[in-house]
Amino acid sequence: MERHLQREIDKLKRRLLALSAEVENDVRMAVRAVEDREPALAETVLRRETQINATEVEVEEECLKILALYQPVAADLRYIIAVLKINQDLERIGDLAEHIAERGLFLCQQPRLDIPFRLGLMADKAQAMLKKVLDAFVNLDEAAARAVCAADEEIDAIHRDNFQQVKTAVTGNSQLFEPLLQFLHISRHLERIADHATNIAEDLIYLIEGRIVRHTPEVKPDETRSGQMPGKPAGPPLPSDL
Amino acid sequence: MTDAVKISNRNFSVFYGAIQALRGITLDVLAHQILGIIGPAGSGKTALLRSMNRLNDLNPNCRVEGQILLDGEDIYQPEFDAVRLRKRVGMVFALPVPLPLSLFDNIVYGPRLSGIRARARLNELVERSLQAAFLWDEVKDRLQTSALRLSGGQQQRLCLARVLAMEPEVILLDEPCSGLDPISTSRIEEALMALKSKYTIVLVTNNTKQAARVADTTAFLLQGELVEVGPTDRIFTAPKDQRTNDYVSGRFG
Repeated sequence: MERHLQREIDKLKRRLLALSAEVENDVRMAVRAVEDREPALAETVLRRETQINATEVEVEEECLKILALYQPVAADLRYIIAVLKINQDLERIGDLAEHIAERGLFLCQQPRLDIPFRLGLMADKAQAMLKKVLDAFVNLDEAAARAVCAADEEIDAIHRDNFQQVKTAVTGNSQLFEPLLQFLHISRHLERIADHATNIAEDLIYLIEGRIVRHTPEVKPDETRSGQMPGKPAGPPLPSDL
Repeated sequence: MTDAVKISNRNFSVFYGAIQALRGITLDVLAHQILGIIGPAGSGKTALLRSMNRLNDLNPNCRVEGQILLDGEDIYQPEFDAVRLRKRVGMVFALPVPLPLSLFDNIVYGPRLSGIRARARLNELVERSLQAAFLWDEVKDRLQTSALRLSGGQQQRLCLARVLAMEPEVILLDEPCSGLDPISTSRIEEALMALKSKYTIVLVTNNTKQAARVADTTAFLLQGELVEVGPTDRIFTAPKDQRTNDYVSGRFG
């Protein structure tokens, strides 16, 4: 029985990692479509969205099956619950990549805007958060998960700055209203992607520590823990083979 | 009242000859709670349970160290009367042991021995005990038939009713559902959940899921040691010890 459960969990982990790789790739392509004005990339992202949705449903069905058939407890239970939630966040990130791609398609048809918009920097940071949290998931690295939570503030600050810039630019030239609004939306999508990466990080902390840290202000790199080996946190035991 | 300590095991050890079955167990049983004791075979669960009503007294090879306090009194003090102890702390065993008597006589056997003779009082005890053990509705019309004709699940509830008829304060149960089907098991579990408002219950079980379902607090024993004790929801979601995690997830045992 136990070996069956372990096999199911291994399979689930592979599926979630495949989904996360696809989503990460979509975000990268969508941002490049905007930055490099490449409509073909945006269209690829839009085509792939159905597949991501289907994978999300499959992962959820797998989780429900495992819960029903094996009634896992302790570390196994926390793992399945974390996967259920991370799965949902990944799907939402996929949706946001799709929205960025749609706005990218629109912007490709508009003249290039010349404002000091920090979209590239923001995209780099959001993607770095996503990559870091997915690596943290693979390595069950609590310190890295906490670092991701802390990084969310920077993205929020850039988004606020972008908002101010759009406000100023629109006041100066109302003709740019539509493309600037699209840029602001993209900024908002990237900020939401960072929020979802933070959610994943919080779910990881629950998986590793057994403590729900959502809505607690102190989620940040914990100096007492940061020296620990990845995957060897001080919290409750973790599934040995994950 | 709920947080009061009913039984306190203090650095308690049991030796059977040269073999040490329990190693310095310190564990409180809170009043009006169900304490689940889990652990693989040979971990000392039953030794601990039996120690709480001195069932090892007749085993000449058995020696104990440390203390077990019932409401603050050490039950291993020579002046603590074992019969009085067992009246206060009743036990239900893994295999139901109905006496070869009628249902009625099974229940009143203990009360009669302790001097209760009035028919009305005995009738009342029988009905109340059988109801508390969730058996009354199934047997109320055949109280004079032999207890041996009951099903396994009914026999086990009869044994529980027999313990309840003595009006104990604590009920010890040693794998009470080990031979029972899921429906009989759920009836016993329902009875235990209802009984805890009046009694203190210690449940030894090989079925970790049963502890998860009914126990308020769960203690995990391994090779005679108390590895971990805590609120059941924590033990089954975020245990602190790797060995607890592995046992409750079925990785050994």
